[in-house]
Amino acid sequence: MPSPEVVPETVLSNLQETKPESVTIVCLSGDMDKAMAAFIIATGAASMGMRVTMFFTFWGLNMLRRKGSTSNVKDWLRHLFGLLNRGGADTLPLSKFHFLGAGTAMMKKVMKQNKMPGIPELMDIAQDLGVRFIACTTTMGLLGITKDTLIESVDQYAGVATYLAEAKNGSVNLFI
Amino acid sequence: MSVPFQADEQLDTLGMFCPMPIIMTSKKFKQLEIGKVLEVLSDDEGIKQDMPAWCKTTGQEFIGLEEKEDGLRMIFKTFVRKIKA
Repeated sequence: MPSPEVVPETVLSNLQETKPESVTIVCLSGDMDKAMAAFIIATGAASMGMRVTMFFTFWGLNMLRRKGSTSNVKDWLRHLFGLLNRGGADTLPLSKFHFLGAGTAMMKKVMKQNKMPGIPELMDIAQDLGVRFIACTTTMGLLGITKDTLIESVDQYAGVATYLAEAKNGSVNLFI
Repeated sequence: MSVPFQADEQLDTLGMFCPMPIIMTSKKFKQLEIGKVLEVLSDDEGIKQDMPAWCKTTGQEFIGLEEKEDGLRMIFKTFVRKIKA
């Protein structure tokens, strides 16, 4: 059987043409395990030379909030919401086996033992690799989250149109 | 399997899980000169598939893989040549 001849130059140009350019991830969940999957994909894609945009909405926005931050708004309902839903990338619970924090603490310990970066570290890596963070302004309004209670690495404050404009050209669009 | 290439630089990712080996490789590649070969050490079996996939996507050259038993674990050495900036 004749073996197919491969010309490196053409293979490379084919690759560049079909190369996935953009990845978008909607981070809706504020669970640690799901956030980990999102950031592993984001950092992996960024290190493969893709343009990565992460859109944080609803519980996912908690990752972009400063640790322990509450709500600044005056109306009592949203203020209560802020008190119940504290922010911070380091405080995310596991979606299963949280056990009032004990399960999550154990998971974090195991991760540390295995040199696996946690969410805050993964976020730093993502920033370093040029992953863009977008905070959903609707969620901010609903939950009474103000810009000054979010971390500095937020690149944009935007809504659905900004996400779709990016996702339209994306070859990988995920909802986590 | 013998790999006839002598790596110019080495990257140790032993004990690390996905995505760290790939992220560290891509960081290392930024400083690597074109034409040089990087040897990545890993004990995560996923690297066997991930490194060729990374090379394919980024347009770098995957040279080969060497597996070695080290006590209870396996060590995977992958060799990658930088062929473009």
